[in-house]
Amino acid sequence: MNTVTQPETAKDLRGEQLPNGSERPFVAPDVNIFETKDGYFLEAEIPGVNKAGLEITVEGNELTIVGRRESFEPKAELLYRESSVSDYRRVFELDPAIDTGKIDAKVDQGILTLHLPKTERVKPRKVTVSD
Amino acid sequence: MSYQTRSQQPVPSAWPAFERLFGFRNELDRLFEPFAELTRSSQLLRVWNPAIDLYEDKESLIVKAELPGMKKEDIDVSLHDGALSISGERKNERKFPEGETQRSERFVGRFQRSVTLPSPVSADQVTAQYKDGVLTITLPKTEEAKPKQIEVNIG
Repeated sequence: MNTVTQPETAKDLRGEQLPNGSERPFVAPDVNIFETKDGYFLEAEIPGVNKAGLEITVEGNELTIVGRRESFEPKAELLYRESSVSDYRRVFELDPAIDTGKIDAKVDQGILTLHLPKTERVKPRKVTVSD
Repeated sequence: MSYQTRSQQPVPSAWPAFERLFGFRNELDRLFEPFAELTRSSQLLRVWNPAIDLYEDKESLIVKAELPGMKKEDIDVSLHDGALSISGERKNERKFPEGETQRSERFVGRFQRSVTLPSPVSADQVTAQYKDGVLTITLPKTEEAKPKQIEVNIG
């Protein structure tokens, strides 16, 4: 059985070229992936990103998640910072069994949940034996 | 003024180093593979240290904490002796009991962070908001702590 994904391709951590020539780095969000018999569920931690900041694309068998933080900065002086200024990006190689037309996504309190259903033909099917 | 620090955050200029660090982490994961189940259940080797940012303006102090995927009721905020403490727990829920875990990078378990506040605040006027997995706490300064304009008449 194929695994959902072969994450950590070199692309994951490569920055994005901005029009002005500078490079903007990304961080790879932490994910959990579960496989059920009907498909996969992928959860990614993207605190600070809302629906508008998400960009999920499927190209061939590659799934790319990009999450841009809402640039909320209080109008105050920053004394101390631990949070990353980077946006999120991670690329996954999809199991060919996934029906890419039926992927759906939702985001709630900084957790992106993707449901990646398998195509009907690969789901286990029971064959009844006729008399 | 000193604040509790946590592991160094990646800075953009240190990117190649960070990438190596990731590789290192994967090596470590492989090394600990046989114990993975153990560490997952005991949480011995994993610590959740949510990132905390601190801002200040004339009126108040603002603390932001990244706490993705929490329930509001599982977050505790308290103020004690000039230190703000944020703690809570993310429970290990088996959301897909019939499923097989392919990858488990998200932390579960308890966390506790505290920040020493640089000026006194009015404890009864503290407000908090939880949005997009980020907790924002606004702590209005006490009247005495606010900067004051002093009119000086130069004769």
